[in-house]
Amino acid sequence: MVRSAFILVVVLATYWLMLSGYLYKPVLLIVGTISILVVLGLSWRMKILDAETAPYFHGKAAGYYAWLFVEITKANMSVIKAVLSPDMEISPTTTKVPIKQSTDLGRVTFANSITLTPGTIAVVMGESNILVHALFSEMTDAADFKDMGDRAGWAVSDPMLGRIEKGAS
Amino acid sequence: MDGGVLHMLQFVISALLLAGGVFFVIAGTVGVLRFPDFYTRMHAAGMTDTLGAELVLLGLIVQAGFSQTSLKLALIAFLLFLTSPTAAHAVVGAAHNAGLKPMLGKYRAPALGEAPEVKSEVKPKPKSKSKPKPRTKKKAT
Repeated sequence: MVRSAFILVVVLATYWLMLSGYLYKPVLLIVGTISILVVLGLSWRMKILDAETAPYFHGKAAGYYAWLFVEITKANMSVIKAVLSPDMEISPTTTKVPIKQSTDLGRVTFANSITLTPGTIAVVMGESNILVHALFSEMTDAADFKDMGDRAGWAVSDPMLGRIEKGAS
Repeated sequence: MDGGVLHMLQFVISALLLAGGVFFVIAGTVGVLRFPDFYTRMHAAGMTDTLGAELVLLGLIVQAGFSQTSLKLALIAFLLFLTSPTAAHAVVGAAHNAGLKPMLGKYRAPALGEAPEVKSEVKPKPKSKSKPKPRTKKKAT
Protein backbone atom coordinates (compact mmCIF):
# COMPACT_ATOMS: atom_id res chain seq x y z
CA MET A 1 0.00 0.00 0.00
CA VAL A 2 2.92 2.34 0.71
CA ARG A 3 4.21 1.51 -2.75
CA SER A 4 0.86 2.34 -4.37
CA ALA A 5 0.71 5.58 -2.41
CA PHE A 6 4.18 6.49 -3.62
CA ILE A 7 3.28 5.68 -7.23
CA LEU A 8 0.11 7.71 -6.91
CA VAL A 9 2.07 10.72 -5.64
CA VAL A 10 4.53 10.45 -8.52
CA VAL A 11 1.73 10.14 -11.09
CA LEU A 12 -0.21 13.07 -9.66
CA ALA A 13 2.90 15.27 -9.47
CA THR A 14 3.78 14.44 -13.09
CA TYR A 15 0.22 15.12 -14.14
CA TRP A 16 0.13 18.46 -12.33
CA LEU A 17 3.43 19.62 -13.79
CA MET A 18 2.51 18.38 -17.26
CA LEU A 19 -0.76 20.24 -17.37
CA SER A 20 0.22 23.42 -15.54
CA GLY A 21 3.80 23.82 -16.67
CA TYR A 22 4.63 26.13 -13.76
CA LEU A 23 7.96 24.85 -12.54
CA TYR A 24 9.28 28.03 -10.97
CA LYS A 25 6.32 29.58 -9.14
CA PRO A 26 6.53 28.65 -5.45
CA VAL A 27 2.93 29.55 -4.71
CA LEU A 28 1.57 27.25 -7.39
CA LEU A 29 3.96 24.46 -6.45
CA ILE A 30 2.79 24.65 -2.84
CA VAL A 31 -0.84 24.63 -3.91
CA GLY A 32 -0.11 21.63 -6.10
CA THR A 33 1.54 19.78 -3.25
CA ILE A 34 -1.43 20.46 -1.02
CA SER A 35 -3.89 19.15 -3.59
CA ILE A 36 -1.79 16.02 -4.12
CA LEU A 37 -1.81 15.40 -0.38
CA VAL A 38 -5.57 15.93 -0.24
CA VAL A 39 -6.11 13.41 -3.04
CA LEU A 40 -3.78 10.97 -1.33
CA GLY A 41 -5.69 11.33 1.93
CA LEU A 42 -9.03 10.90 0.20
CA SER A 43 -7.98 7.77 -1.67
CA TRP A 44 -6.52 6.34 1.53
CA ARG A 45 -9.83 6.92 3.31
CA MET A 46 -11.68 5.34 0.39
CA LYS A 47 -9.32 2.33 0.58
CA ILE A 48 -8.55 2.41 -3.12
CA LEU A 49 -4.79 2.41 -2.71
CA ASP A 50 -4.07 -0.98 -4.25
CA ALA A 51 -2.68 -2.46 -7.42
CA GLU A 52 -5.30 -0.66 -9.50
CA THR A 53 -4.28 2.81 -8.35
CA ALA A 54 -2.00 3.50 -11.31
CA PRO A 55 -2.29 0.33 -13.38
CA TYR A 56 -0.11 1.15 -16.37
CA PHE A 57 2.58 3.13 -14.63
CA HIS A 58 5.54 0.79 -14.96
CA GLY A 59 7.93 -0.48 -17.58
CA LYS A 60 6.18 -3.77 -18.27
CA ALA A 61 2.99 -2.10 -19.41
CA ALA A 62 4.95 0.28 -21.63
CA GLY A 63 6.69 -2.67 -23.27
CA TYR A 64 3.40 -4.48 -23.70
CA TYR A 65 1.73 -1.50 -25.33
CA ALA A 66 4.69 -1.03 -27.68
CA TRP A 67 4.26 -4.68 -28.77
CA LEU A 68 0.51 -4.15 -29.08
CA PHE A 69 0.98 -1.08 -31.25
CA VAL A 70 3.02 -3.12 -33.73
CA GLU A 71 0.29 -5.81 -33.74
CA ILE A 72 -2.37 -3.16 -34.30
CA THR A 73 -0.52 -1.75 -37.27
CA LYS A 74 -0.10 -5.21 -38.78
CA ALA A 75 -3.74 -6.17 -38.33
CA ASN A 76 -4.85 -2.81 -39.66
CA MET A 77 -3.31 -3.60 -43.01
CA SER A 78 -5.58 -6.59 -43.61
CA VAL A 79 -8.67 -4.63 -42.60
CA ILE A 80 -7.75 -1.75 -44.87
CA LYS A 81 -7.08 -4.17 -47.71
CA ALA A 82 -10.57 -5.57 -47.30
CA VAL A 83 -12.08 -2.09 -47.14
CA LEU A 84 -10.39 -0.82 -50.27
CA SER A 85 -10.53 -3.90 -52.49
CA PRO A 86 -13.49 -3.85 -54.91
CA ASP A 87 -14.86 -7.25 -53.94
CA MET A 88 -14.33 -7.04 -50.24
CA GLU A 89 -13.92 -10.65 -49.15
CA ILE A 90 -14.63 -10.93 -45.48
CA SER A 91 -15.85 -13.78 -43.35
CA PRO A 92 -17.32 -12.49 -40.10
CA THR A 93 -17.02 -15.03 -37.31
CA THR A 94 -17.71 -15.19 -33.62
CA THR A 95 -15.66 -17.28 -31.21
CA LYS A 96 -15.34 -17.76 -27.51
CA VAL A 97 -11.90 -16.99 -26.15
CA PRO A 98 -11.04 -18.39 -22.71
CA ILE A 99 -9.86 -15.86 -20.13
CA LYS A 100 -7.16 -17.02 -17.79
CA GLN A 101 -6.56 -13.75 -15.98
CA SER A 102 -7.75 -13.75 -12.41
CA THR A 103 -7.78 -10.03 -11.56
CA ASP A 104 -10.17 -7.46 -12.96
CA LEU A 105 -7.27 -5.45 -14.28
CA GLY A 106 -5.83 -8.38 -16.20
CA ARG A 107 -9.22 -9.20 -17.72
CA VAL A 108 -9.82 -5.61 -18.76
CA THR A 109 -6.37 -5.33 -20.28
CA PHE A 110 -6.86 -8.52 -22.27
CA ALA A 111 -10.33 -7.58 -23.54
CA ASN A 112 -9.20 -4.06 -24.38
CA SER A 113 -6.27 -5.46 -26.32
CA ILE A 114 -8.58 -7.72 -28.32
CA THR A 115 -10.78 -4.76 -29.15
CA LEU A 116 -7.85 -2.53 -29.99
CA THR A 117 -6.55 -5.00 -32.54
CA PRO A 118 -8.41 -4.24 -35.75
CA GLY A 119 -10.61 -7.04 -36.98
CA THR A 120 -11.52 -8.37 -33.56
CA ILE A 121 -13.95 -6.91 -31.03
CA ALA A 122 -14.72 -8.23 -27.57
CA VAL A 123 -18.50 -8.34 -27.53
CA VAL A 124 -19.43 -9.86 -24.18
CA MET A 125 -17.29 -10.58 -21.15
CA GLY A 126 -18.34 -13.80 -19.52
CA GLU A 127 -17.11 -15.40 -16.34
CA SER A 128 -14.51 -17.60 -18.01
CA ASN A 129 -14.53 -16.51 -21.64
CA ILE A 130 -14.99 -13.55 -23.95
CA LEU A 131 -17.28 -13.59 -26.97
CA VAL A 132 -15.21 -12.16 -29.80
CA HIS A 133 -16.48 -10.97 -33.15
CA ALA A 134 -13.85 -11.16 -35.87
CA LEU A 135 -13.86 -9.75 -39.36
CA PHE A 136 -11.97 -12.67 -40.90
CA SER A 137 -12.18 -16.28 -39.85
CA GLU A 138 -8.37 -16.47 -40.07
CA MET A 139 -8.17 -14.02 -37.19
CA THR A 140 -9.78 -16.37 -34.69
CA ASP A 141 -6.72 -18.52 -34.15
CA ALA A 142 -6.72 -19.77 -30.57
CA ALA A 143 -2.90 -19.67 -30.34
CA ASP A 144 -2.81 -15.95 -31.19
CA PHE A 145 -5.35 -15.15 -28.50
CA LYS A 146 -3.46 -17.26 -26.01
CA ASP A 147 -0.24 -15.42 -26.81
CA MET A 148 -1.93 -12.05 -26.42
CA GLY A 149 -3.59 -13.14 -23.18
CA ASP A 150 -0.28 -14.32 -21.74
CA ARG A 151 1.38 -11.05 -22.63
CA ALA A 152 -1.51 -8.99 -21.25
CA GLY A 153 -1.39 -10.94 -18.00
CA TRP A 154 2.35 -10.47 -17.80
CA ALA A 155 2.02 -6.73 -18.39
CA VAL A 156 -0.12 -6.18 -15.31
CA SER A 157 1.59 -8.91 -13.22
CA ASP A 158 -1.50 -11.05 -13.19
CA PRO A 159 -1.34 -14.41 -11.39
CA MET A 160 -2.66 -16.38 -14.35
CA LEU A 161 -4.88 -19.37 -13.77
CA GLY A 162 -2.53 -21.38 -15.92
CA ARG A 163 -2.81 -24.68 -14.08
CA ILE A 164 -6.55 -24.70 -13.63
CA GLU A 165 -7.44 -25.42 -17.25
CA LYS A 166 -10.78 -27.13 -16.93
CA GLY A 167 -13.28 -25.26 -19.01
CA ALA A 168 -10.62 -23.67 -21.16
CA SER A 169 -9.09 -25.03 -24.37
CA MET B 1 22.71 25.22 -41.38
CA ASP B 2 22.46 22.15 -39.19
CA GLY B 3 19.37 23.52 -37.51
CA GLY B 4 17.78 24.01 -40.89
CA VAL B 5 18.27 20.36 -41.83
CA LEU B 6 16.81 19.19 -38.53
CA HIS B 7 13.89 21.52 -38.97
CA MET B 8 13.28 20.13 -42.43
CA LEU B 9 13.50 16.55 -41.14
CA GLN B 10 11.04 17.35 -38.37
CA PHE B 11 8.65 18.84 -40.88
CA VAL B 12 8.89 15.88 -43.26
CA ILE B 13 8.38 13.25 -40.54
CA SER B 14 5.45 15.14 -39.09
CA ALA B 15 3.88 15.57 -42.54
CA LEU B 16 4.29 11.85 -43.28
CA LEU B 17 2.68 10.87 -39.98
CA LEU B 18 -0.19 13.28 -40.51
CA ALA B 19 -0.75 11.98 -44.03
CA GLY B 20 -0.72 8.41 -42.78
CA GLY B 21 -3.21 9.27 -40.07
CA VAL B 22 -5.52 10.97 -42.53
CA PHE B 23 -5.28 7.93 -44.81
CA PHE B 24 -6.35 5.60 -42.00
CA VAL B 25 -9.23 7.85 -40.98
CA ILE B 26 -10.49 8.04 -44.57
CA ALA B 27 -10.13 4.27 -44.97
CA GLY B 28 -12.11 3.81 -41.76
CA THR B 29 -14.87 6.04 -43.09
CA VAL B 30 -15.00 4.14 -46.37
CA GLY B 31 -15.18 0.94 -44.35
CA VAL B 32 -18.15 2.22 -42.36
CA LEU B 33 -19.93 2.93 -45.62
CA ARG B 34 -19.03 -0.34 -47.33
CA PHE B 35 -19.21 -3.07 -44.74
CA PRO B 36 -22.43 -5.07 -44.72
CA ASP B 37 -23.67 -5.10 -41.14
CA PHE B 38 -23.39 -3.35 -37.82
CA TYR B 39 -20.64 -5.49 -36.30
CA THR B 40 -18.37 -5.37 -39.32
CA ARG B 41 -18.90 -1.63 -39.54
CA MET B 42 -17.86 -1.29 -35.94
CA HIS B 43 -14.48 -2.76 -36.87
CA ALA B 44 -13.90 0.03 -39.34
CA ALA B 45 -15.35 2.75 -37.13
CA GLY B 46 -13.56 1.79 -33.95
CA MET B 47 -10.16 0.47 -34.80
CA THR B 48 -8.95 1.95 -38.04
CA ASP B 49 -9.94 5.35 -36.76
CA THR B 50 -8.02 4.76 -33.55
CA LEU B 51 -4.80 4.16 -35.40
CA GLY B 52 -5.52 7.15 -37.62
CA ALA B 53 -6.07 9.42 -34.64
CA GLU B 54 -2.94 8.08 -32.94
CA LEU B 55 -0.85 8.78 -36.03
CA VAL B 56 -2.24 12.30 -36.34
CA LEU B 57 -1.40 12.94 -32.69
CA LEU B 58 2.08 11.49 -33.19
CA GLY B 59 2.60 13.80 -36.15
CA LEU B 60 1.53 16.76 -34.04
CA ILE B 61 3.90 15.68 -31.27
CA VAL B 62 6.79 15.66 -33.75
CA GLN B 63 5.73 19.06 -34.99
CA ALA B 64 5.49 20.53 -31.49
CA GLY B 65 8.98 19.32 -30.68
CA PHE B 66 10.20 18.87 -27.13
CA SER B 67 7.77 21.06 -25.26
CA GLN B 68 4.89 21.03 -22.85
CA THR B 69 2.45 20.87 -25.74
CA SER B 70 3.86 17.57 -26.92
CA LEU B 71 3.55 16.14 -23.40
CA LYS B 72 -0.10 17.12 -23.36
CA LEU B 73 -0.59 15.56 -26.78
CA ALA B 74 1.05 12.36 -25.53
CA LEU B 75 -1.41 12.36 -22.63
CA ILE B 76 -4.31 12.67 -25.07
CA ALA B 77 -2.90 9.83 -27.16
CA PHE B 78 -2.60 7.62 -24.08
CA LEU B 79 -6.15 8.34 -22.95
CA LEU B 80 -7.46 7.70 -26.46
CA PHE B 81 -5.64 4.37 -26.45
CA LEU B 82 -7.62 3.34 -23.37
CA THR B 83 -11.02 4.91 -23.99
CA SER B 84 -11.47 4.10 -27.65
CA PRO B 85 -11.67 0.29 -27.29
CA THR B 86 -13.83 0.74 -24.21
CA ALA B 87 -16.32 2.83 -26.18
CA ALA B 88 -16.31 0.34 -29.06
CA HIS B 89 -16.88 -2.52 -26.63
CA ALA B 90 -19.74 -0.64 -24.99
CA VAL B 91 -21.48 0.01 -28.31
CA VAL B 92 -21.05 -3.56 -29.54
CA GLY B 93 -22.10 -4.96 -26.19
CA ALA B 94 -25.25 -2.83 -26.27
CA ALA B 95 -26.09 -4.13 -29.75
CA HIS B 96 -25.54 -7.70 -28.59
CA ASN B 97 -27.72 -7.17 -25.54
CA ALA B 98 -30.45 -5.73 -27.73
CA GLY B 99 -30.46 -8.99 -29.67
CA LEU B 100 -28.80 -7.92 -32.91
CA LYS B 101 -27.45 -11.04 -34.59
CA PRO B 102 -24.13 -10.69 -36.38
CA MET B 103 -23.96 -11.64 -40.04
CA LEU B 104 -21.75 -14.70 -40.24
CA GLY B 105 -20.10 -16.66 -43.02
CA LYS B 106 -18.42 -15.52 -46.16
CA TYR B 107 -19.37 -12.21 -47.69
CA ARG B 108 -18.50 -10.61 -51.01
CA ALA B 109 -19.40 -7.13 -52.09
CA PRO B 110 -21.95 -7.12 -54.92
CA ALA B 111 -20.58 -6.14 -58.32
CA LEU B 112 -21.52 -2.86 -59.94
CA GLY B 113 -25.15 -2.84 -61.01
CA GLU B 114 -25.96 -6.01 -59.13
CA ALA B 115 -28.49 -5.57 -56.38
CA PRO B 116 -27.08 -6.12 -52.92
CA GLU B 117 -28.47 -9.09 -51.08
CA VAL B 118 -30.50 -7.74 -48.22
CA LYS B 119 -30.42 -9.77 -45.09
CA SER B 120 -32.65 -8.79 -42.25
CA GLU B 121 -30.39 -8.03 -39.35
CA VAL B 122 -32.75 -7.12 -36.60
CA LYS B 123 -35.87 -9.20 -36.73
CA PRO B 124 -38.78 -7.00 -35.77
CA LYS B 125 -41.64 -9.28 -34.89
CA PRO B 126 -44.67 -7.42 -36.24
CA LYS B 127 -43.14 -6.50 -39.59
CA SER B 128 -42.30 -10.02 -40.73
CA LYS B 129 -45.34 -10.31 -43.03
CA SER B 130 -44.15 -7.64 -45.41
CA LYS B 131 -41.12 -9.65 -46.42
CA PRO B 132 -41.50 -12.20 -49.20
CA LYS B 133 -39.59 -15.37 -48.48
CA PRO B 134 -38.77 -17.38 -51.57
CA ARG B 135 -36.84 -19.92 -49.53
CA THR B 136 -39.89 -21.33 -47.77
CA LYS B 137 -41.14 -22.80 -51.04
CA LYS B 138 -38.56 -25.56 -50.87
CA LYS B 139 -39.72 -26.65 -47.47
CA ALA B 140 -43.32 -27.04 -48.48
CA THR B 141 -42.68 -29.92 -50.85
